[in-house]
Amino acid sequence: MGMTMSQKILAAHAGLASVKAGQLIEAKLDMVLGNDITSPVAINVFHDSKANAVFDRTKIAMVMDHFTPNKDIKAAEQCKQVREFANQYDILNFFDVGQMGIEHSLLPEKGLVGPGTLCIGADSHTCTYGALGAFSTGVGSTDMAAGMISGKTWFKVPSAIKFNLINKPASCISGKDIILHIIGKIGVDGALYRSMEFFGDGLQYLSIDDRLCIANMAIEAGAKNGIFPVDDITRAYIKDRFQGTPVEYTADEDAEYDEEYTIDLSALVPTVAFPHLPENARTVDEIGAEEVRIDQAVIGSCTNGRISDLRAAADILRGRKVAKGVRCIIIPSTQSVYLQAMHEGLMDIFIEAGAVVSTPTCGPCLGGHMGILAKGERAISTTNRNFVGRMGHVESEVYLASPAVAAASAVTGYITDPRKL
Amino acid sequence: MKAQGIVHKYGDNVDTDVIIPARYLNTSSHQELAQHCMEDIDINFTKNVKTGDIMVAEKNFGCGSSREHAPIAIKASGISCVIASTFARIFYRNAINIGLPILECDAAAKDIKAGDEVAVDFDTGVITDITTGKTYQAEPFPPFIQEIIADGGLIRHVTK
Repeated sequence: MGMTMSQKILAAHAGLASVKAGQLIEAKLDMVLGNDITSPVAINVFHDSKANAVFDRTKIAMVMDHFTPNKDIKAAEQCKQVREFANQYDILNFFDVGQMGIEHSLLPEKGLVGPGTLCIGADSHTCTYGALGAFSTGVGSTDMAAGMISGKTWFKVPSAIKFNLINKPASCISGKDIILHIIGKIGVDGALYRSMEFFGDGLQYLSIDDRLCIANMAIEAGAKNGIFPVDDITRAYIKDRFQGTPVEYTADEDAEYDEEYTIDLSALVPTVAFPHLPENARTVDEIGAEEVRIDQAVIGSCTNGRISDLRAAADILRGRKVAKGVRCIIIPSTQSVYLQAMHEGLMDIFIEAGAVVSTPTCGPCLGGHMGILAKGERAISTTNRNFVGRMGHVESEVYLASPAVAAASAVTGYITDPRKL
Repeated sequence: MKAQGIVHKYGDNVDTDVIIPARYLNTSSHQELAQHCMEDIDINFTKNVKTGDIMVAEKNFGCGSSREHAPIAIKASGISCVIASTFARIFYRNAINIGLPILECDAAAKDIKAGDEVAVDFDTGVITDITTGKTYQAEPFPPFIQEIIADGGLIRHVTK
């Protein structure tokens, strides 16, 4: 029986000719990732284990992105602990304030992950790198520590769901609308323990940024990973960027999929996920013109903080003003995105519109800092989770959407269809 | 290994943000994390929980963030076992790795009510609701996973 893309990457890293769903394997890791929240726990575990070396100082990445620039003394202490560990073990890819970006934007941008990479990260959105044809998945801090020590981890080989993305999407449709539509269809546990593999002629219309956004939210359907085949768009992106040797894995003709869905991209309309689960998807056509008033719009995060996201927001905000009573917070995801946005004049557009532009940080996405909601407040956000209390007070609300919808809503003060501005 | 205690009951899709809100992730102290466990959906949990108590929830328990702080907070609050219809995969892995016993059993998760007294036998996978007298069969963990949990987690298991 044939293998899926995900299974082939796992088999290759386990030194096996083939694997099948449900099989327990031990595989060699190409990259082990942690951030300023999960690395301290992993470092404690590392010391508890009496380890005195990491398996490969070039294959560990530590990114200080969640509560940075340090939001309080405790956050500062956590970053200090990671910084000292990184210095002691000479971790090559330690990214502190000034070099750091949001981890899942930063690692692809720096070429630390690419086609065929096997990566674990102590952050659930590590599944993002599947956009480049990698197998990458989120784990906890103990798995991160064990990975840093041994360079290996165990996996239960996942079965998979196949998504055929067909036809050309309208210009207002982004990766975010596609993944919110899919999660709305299959639910927050619709892909539990499984791979989401994306195929179809529609892929030719999806940029790397769109694919990173889609793979990023695979976890919001419970998936172990999301993955795209490598094509010319991927090859162009990794050229002169990827530090490893790309290996392209394609699914076998007779690979077995538990389920198969066909998504007609040309039929999609901008989509919003209502509180308090990403599966509560509604199209903008199903939302009244002045139905959902907002207090804040957040444009950024590992889901939608890349340059094409900022361009989409700028296209809406150009020559317009953020509505009175709305706080619009824009967060470029990395230093190079920040610089690019400056060079393209996007910063001028944002600031003239009355938005604020922050240094890269995960900040408000997880209710950390830089845009916390008060009781009863509502935000439209390009982030990935709208759980109870996710962005602040337990009685606040988060609506998930694309940068275009978030920017249009910032202008009117209500959740708004960008086509109707 | 066995556990017995009073049940704290929750529904579907209990995410790690409500198990331990991110605003408390600026510490990795187990006791500090336990002080805020579940507070966004059950403000009385930390007041009511007693050592040995059991948490029961329905589908997709522990979805969302990969924060290991979530099973750590539950374990440090005194919970001896979590029973759910299904677990989100990262939480499942993390719970084993830190030595928090968990069992998947849809029938038990649906039937058992808050306040019931429940006994769990991890060797056999038998869950007994002492209050109602009903028993349920969960798939027990294979011995090597049980050993990891009994040793207090993966690292203690591999370094003992």
